[in-house]
Amino acid sequence: MQKSIQKYFALFALPGLVCFAIAFLIPMVMGVVLSFFKFTTVTDGTFIGLENYRRIFINKDFTSALWFTVKFTIVSVITINLGAFTLAMLLTRGINGTNTFRTIFFMPNLIGGIVLGWIWQVIINGVLLPKGVTIVSDPKYGFWGLVVLMNWQNIGYMMVIYIAGIQNISHDLIEAAQIDGAGKVTMLRSVILPSIMPSITICSFLTLTNGFKLFDQNLALTAGDPGKQTEMLALNIFNTFYGRSGFEGVGQAKAVLFTILVAFIALTQLRLTRSKEVEA
Amino acid sequence: MSLEKSTKRNHLILTIILSLLAALFLAPILIVFMNSFKSKLFISNEPFTLPNPDTFSGGENYIAGSQKIKFFNAFGYSLFITVFSVLGISLVTSMLAWYLTRVKTRFTTFAYYLLVFSMIVPFQMVMFTMSKTANMLHLDNPIGILVLYIGFGAGLGTFMFSGFIKSIPLSLEEAAMIDGAGPITTFFLVVFPILKPTAITVAILNTMWVWNDYLLPYLTIGTEYKTIPVAIQYLRGGYGAVDMGAMMAMLVLAMIPIIAFYLSAQKYIIRGVVAGAVKG
Repeated sequence: MQKSIQKYFALFALPGLVCFAIAFLIPMVMGVVLSFFKFTTVTDGTFIGLENYRRIFINKDFTSALWFTVKFTIVSVITINLGAFTLAMLLTRGINGTNTFRTIFFMPNLIGGIVLGWIWQVIINGVLLPKGVTIVSDPKYGFWGLVVLMNWQNIGYMMVIYIAGIQNISHDLIEAAQIDGAGKVTMLRSVILPSIMPSITICSFLTLTNGFKLFDQNLALTAGDPGKQTEMLALNIFNTFYGRSGFEGVGQAKAVLFTILVAFIALTQLRLTRSKEVEA
Repeated sequence: MSLEKSTKRNHLILTIILSLLAALFLAPILIVFMNSFKSKLFISNEPFTLPNPDTFSGGENYIAGSQKIKFFNAFGYSLFITVFSVLGISLVTSMLAWYLTRVKTRFTTFAYYLLVFSMIVPFQMVMFTMSKTANMLHLDNPIGILVLYIGFGAGLGTFMFSGFIKSIPLSLEEAAMIDGAGPITTFFLVVFPILKPTAITVAILNTMWVWNDYLLPYLTIGTEYKTIPVAIQYLRGGYGAVDMGAMMAMLVLAMIPIIAFYLSAQKYIIRGVVAGAVKG
């Protein structure tokens, strides 16, 4: 059978592979190569070794964006997952209207990042109105604004994943624990949490990588203001590329570092939580 | 009896808490809706009050906004690109996944891992080189961009389809082939119908991504063909004050199609998200 399918390579595999090569593979290889070049378009490069990588750290904007991104991601991973898990616990008790609540909590997730950013800009500026300031007056407003925005967008999504996990716990297990006299805390710690480790893995993975790669929301909410102080990594790289001419190589070098960082975090996180799944 | 009573009371308290939370989740959308009918001067001064005779501006914001950013053109581009990208991704990646799963060579294994790897690479890594490549290949139009979306969607699509194809017993396809069906008939009449649940999941996840995507269309076709997110961000203009009235109205128009889509296909969307997350 393999042989006869193989004859149809051009029909089954080629279209997908050609699109993949054009959109991802060729640009990816070019991107890595160009990070060692000075260039303004992709064809006029001169080799300069690691110079681009050195220039990343000449001013502090990349490291401050990195720090902002790390802080934001830690806070939002914790708050989103706690919020989503709590809602999931509340919505698996068989009360009336469960479906309606689920529908409402999930809805913000479908709204795109740009639209979300503008919605929250208006609301946060409204809340800050009595103080006579706006969201770009102080970086801490932008930070917490972004945290609130991401919670609003992602809690419902993570909630449906936790609900699926909780509903998969076998009734026998819960009954057995009840007969053994397990209290609420024991039940949560020894029965529910270990049983939903796969959901925890997925949700922490998604919130972590979403947080690190965040761009649209950051652009529409504060665009990095005041003075780049709420700029996250993805936006910093974008601004390096397109902000002023002559920094394309530096932008590409930043992008390479960013990719390595995201890949490293994603793989480490998966390994860590997956190992807990086996133990459970 | 008393136990039943206390459960009932608990459920009532829970319902009240959840209703308050639901109101909080809906509030941002309602606030934007409310403000879209106020004249622009009042939006930043009193964002949380209902429109009154002094502040009410009728449909003025809607008219001004949709003229400024040609909203209905943007809607057309967004719809065209989303529909055909999603159809393309579903078809092309299901064929590719079948080929890569059924034909086992070093090349197919390598291609598969490369596709999976592409899922964690942040867009900033390839955005500059990809938009230059797209430009050189004349893919910078609403039809050419489909190639880019299929290429970027190839990772997730192939990953999810091949996960499912691995679980289909080979004997089914072998039986069809023994009966004289070629690979084309086998795929489209035997395999593809079985893939339907996965195809729905893939289609939903990609619809959410393509419809809301900002950077890819901005960088490749943004100057000539603005999709909805690009058009919304365009309202920000260069420097100076943003017309918040037009912004509110356009945010409402941008949300209407998504919310309508969500309410009509809610069951599939939530199921698709859960299935997608569990496999991802």
